[in-house]
Amino acid sequence: MTNLVEVRNLRIEATTDAGRVVDIIKGVSLDIADGEIVALIGESGSGKTTIALSLMGYARPGCRITGGEINVNGKNMAALTEKQRAKLRGTDIAYVPQSAAASFNPSSTIMEQVIEVTRIHGLMAPEQARKRAVELFRALSLPDPEGIGARYPHQVSGGQLQRLSAAMALIGDPKLMIFDEPTTALDVTTQIDVLKAFKSVMRAGGIAGVYVSHDLAVVAQIADRIVVLKGGEVQEAGTTAQILSAAQHPYTRELLAAFEPKPRQAHADADAGTKALLRIDDVTAGYGSVRADGLPLIRAVNSVSLVVEKGRNLGVIGESGCGKSTLARVIAGIHPAAAGDIVFDGRQLERAAGKRSQNQLREMQIVFQYADTALNPAKPVEDIISRPLAFYHGLDRQARSKRVDELLDMVRLPRTLRYRRPSELSGGQKQRVNFARALAAGPKLIICDEITSALDTVVAAAVIELLKELQRELDLSYIFISHDLSVVEAICDEIMVMYNGERVEQITPDRLKAPTHPYSKLLFSSVPKLDPTWLDGLVRDPELVSQYGHR
Amino acid sequence: MTMARVAASRRSLLGHSYNLVGVVASLVILAWTLIAIFAPTIIPHSIGDIVDDDYFGPMRQGLWLGSDYLGRDMLSRVLMGARYTVGISLAAVCIACFSGVVLGMIAAVTGGWLDTCLSRFLDAMNSIPSKLFGLVVVAAVGSSIPALILTLAVIYIPGAYRFARALAVNINTMDFMTVARVRGESTAYLIGSEILPNIMRPVLADFGLRFVFIVLLLSGLSFLGLGLQPPLADWGALVRENIGGLPFAAPAVIVPSLAIASLTISVNLLIDNLPQKIRDRDA
Repeated sequence: MTNLVEVRNLRIEATTDAGRVVDIIKGVSLDIADGEIVALIGESGSGKTTIALSLMGYARPGCRITGGEINVNGKNMAALTEKQRAKLRGTDIAYVPQSAAASFNPSSTIMEQVIEVTRIHGLMAPEQARKRAVELFRALSLPDPEGIGARYPHQVSGGQLQRLSAAMALIGDPKLMIFDEPTTALDVTTQIDVLKAFKSVMRAGGIAGVYVSHDLAVVAQIADRIVVLKGGEVQEAGTTAQILSAAQHPYTRELLAAFEPKPRQAHADADAGTKALLRIDDVTAGYGSVRADGLPLIRAVNSVSLVVEKGRNLGVIGESGCGKSTLARVIAGIHPAAAGDIVFDGRQLERAAGKRSQNQLREMQIVFQYADTALNPAKPVEDIISRPLAFYHGLDRQARSKRVDELLDMVRLPRTLRYRRPSELSGGQKQRVNFARALAAGPKLIICDEITSALDTVVAAAVIELLKELQRELDLSYIFISHDLSVVEAICDEIMVMYNGERVEQITPDRLKAPTHPYSKLLFSSVPKLDPTWLDGLVRDPELVSQYGHR
Repeated sequence: MTMARVAASRRSLLGHSYNLVGVVASLVILAWTLIAIFAPTIIPHSIGDIVDDDYFGPMRQGLWLGSDYLGRDMLSRVLMGARYTVGISLAAVCIACFSGVVLGMIAAVTGGWLDTCLSRFLDAMNSIPSKLFGLVVVAAVGSSIPALILTLAVIYIPGAYRFARALAVNINTMDFMTVARVRGESTAYLIGSEILPNIMRPVLADFGLRFVFIVLLLSGLSFLGLGLQPPLADWGALVRENIGGLPFAAPAVIVPSLAIASLTISVNLLIDNLPQKIRDRDA
C-alpha cells in the first residue's frame, strides 16, 4: 500500500551571504496517507515550513533541494521540471499561507482571486467556479456566502480572510493541503472558528493535510499524527495521542512542559504590595481629530483606571484592537492621553513623555513586542545596552563595559554576544537584549507589550521564567500586556480584561476558572487545551459568540 | 555538521567581500584622484604654452594626446582639467549631500511644521531648471570657483534632502526610535546615532550618483561657457573649446569626453559593487 505523500531522506541546502553552504534539512522522511492530517511542529528555524514548501517542489530563494525523493501522488516533485510542478500546484497540492492579509491582492475582489486557480489551470467555466466558491464559503461557515466574494480583502476580518484563503486553496480540489501556521496571527476567539471550519471541510472532502505550527494545543485539535522537528531533523513522530501522552524525545517533552506554565506562587509578603507604584485614573486616549469636548474621535482607551502595586504584576489581556497596546503607550507617554491622571511613585506624571523628567522616564521602561524593530539593526548589542547606562547614569566606557557584561549575565546571554548585531541573534536572544536594555536604565516598572507573542512556546516559557527571577532579584513591577492567557496567568498577580477600549473585569489568577463578565468567559473558554477532543467537545454560548466574537 | 564552501564569484579580504568590477572602478577613481592632486608636477608643458605649429594636431611622440585648437598640449590640459572637474564636483557634492541629508533627517525626526516648511521650500528649489539657475547665478555674480561650487551644491541639495528624508521617515517609524525618544534622547542623537547608521549605504550610493550628476552639470555649464573661464579649463570646457576639431577626428575633443565618461562610469560601477562586510552568524 502506498501513501499519498512519501518523503524519503530529503535534504535541502541554503547558501549564506558569505557563500557558505548550510544544510537546513538533513535527511527527513515522512509519510502521509490519504485523508490524513499530519502536523509539523517545532521551533522557528527547525525547518518545518521548508519541508512543507518542498512538498510543492518549492525551495525558497537561496535554498536548493539537493537530495532525496518527494513523492506526492506518485510523482517525485524534486525531479519534475518547473513547468510540470506548476501544473500540480493548485490542483493536486494547495497552500494556505500564514498571513492571509499579505497574500491577497488588495486591488481585486475576493471572488476573482478565489477562482483564479480554476482559470489558470482551465478547470471549469467561471460561472461554475463561482458557484463552487460559494459552496466552499458556506462549508467554511463564512457569513453571507453569496455576497462576500464581491468584497475586497480589506473589507473582511482576519479570521474570515484566513478561511477565504482556504477556499482559494480548496477550489482546485487538491488531494493535499498545506497549512502554514494559518491561525498564529489570529485571536483565540477567532482561531476557534477557523479551526472548526478547516477541520470540517478537510474531513468532509477526505483531503490530506500538512499543518505547520508551533502551537501544540492547536495541532492537537486538528492533526491525526504529529511530527516533531528540530534542527532540520525529525525528532519524533507518532499519533497525536501518543505524542501528547507518552512523548519519548526530550525536545517533545520540553514542548509539552512549556505548554503547562508553573503557576506563580502567591506573594509570601502580601503586605509588601500595599503601596501603589502606578495609578491611572479614568484615562482616555485615541486617534483622529479632537472634538469639542477635548476627546479624540476614535477612542481606543476609554476611561480606564488601574493600579500597579510595588513588586507586583498586572496583566492586561484582550483581543487585538481592544486598546491594550494603546494603553501601554499612554502610560509610557508615547501616545499622550486625552484625559485622565497618571500617578507614578507618588508623583503626577505629565501625559507626554517629552515633558517628563529624565528620572521619571528612567524609572518606567517599555519593552516592545517585536525585538526585530525595537533594536537598531545597525548597532552591536554592546552599544544598544550601554546607551541607557551612558544616558541615565553617565557611566564611563570602562564601567559601561563591565555593566554590559553583568546585564548579559542577568538575561542569561553569553558575554561574547555583545559584538553581534541584532540580525545575527535568534528571536529569543533578541528579546533578551531588548529586555536587558530596559534593565540597564534601572527601572521600577517595566511595561511588557506582548513580549512573548513573537516567540516559540519553549523560548517564551524561558523568557517568562527569566522575568520572574529578575523580579525577585531586582524588586521590579511589570505590566504585562498579552493576548495569551497562559502567559499572563504564569506571571501576574492581577489580571485585567479589556474589551473594546474598556476594562471589563479585573481578577486574580486563582479565580480564572470563574470569571464573572461574559466576555471574560468567552475569552477564557477559547484558549485551546492539549486535549485532542477539546475542540469537538467545545460548546459555546451562541449568544456570547454573537455579542463578542468577531466572525 | 555544516559544510563550508566559499563561493568563487566574490573574493574576500579583511572580512569584506568584493568583486572585480568594483576593484577596477576604484582603481580608475584612485588614478584620477592622484592625477588631480599631483597634476602641476607631472604635466609635461604649461597649460598656456603653445607647443604645436598646427592646431588639432594628432597623437604623436612628445604630444601624446595631440594638440588643441590653439596648438597647446592636450595631455597637460586634460591632466590639469582633472583638478578642476574632480575638485569642484567633490566639494559641491560634499556640501550638497551633507546639508541635504542632515536637513532630511531632521525633518523626518521632527515632523510637523518644520518638516512641511522645509519640504515645500526645497520642492520649490527643485522646480527651477538647474542649467537656468546656473545661468542666472553666473550672470549675477560672475563665474568663480567658489561661486560655481556653491551653485552646484544648492542645485543638488533638494534631491539629497528628499532622498534622505524618505529613508529616514521609514526608520523613524521603527520601535527603536520610539524607545530612544521615550528615553529622552536629543534630536542630534536620534539622527546621528539611530538613523544615520541605518541609511548610510543608500546615502553613500546617492552621494556617488550625485557626484556623477554634478560632474556632468559642471561639464555642461562649462560647455556653455558658464563654468571655468579660460585659460583654466575643466573637462567640459575642454570639450567645448575643441568642438571645432570634430570634423578632423581630433583627439582634442575625444579625450576629455572619454575622461568624463571614465570617471562617471567608474563611480557608478563602484557604487553598485561596494565591498560588503561579511557578517555570518556561525562563521
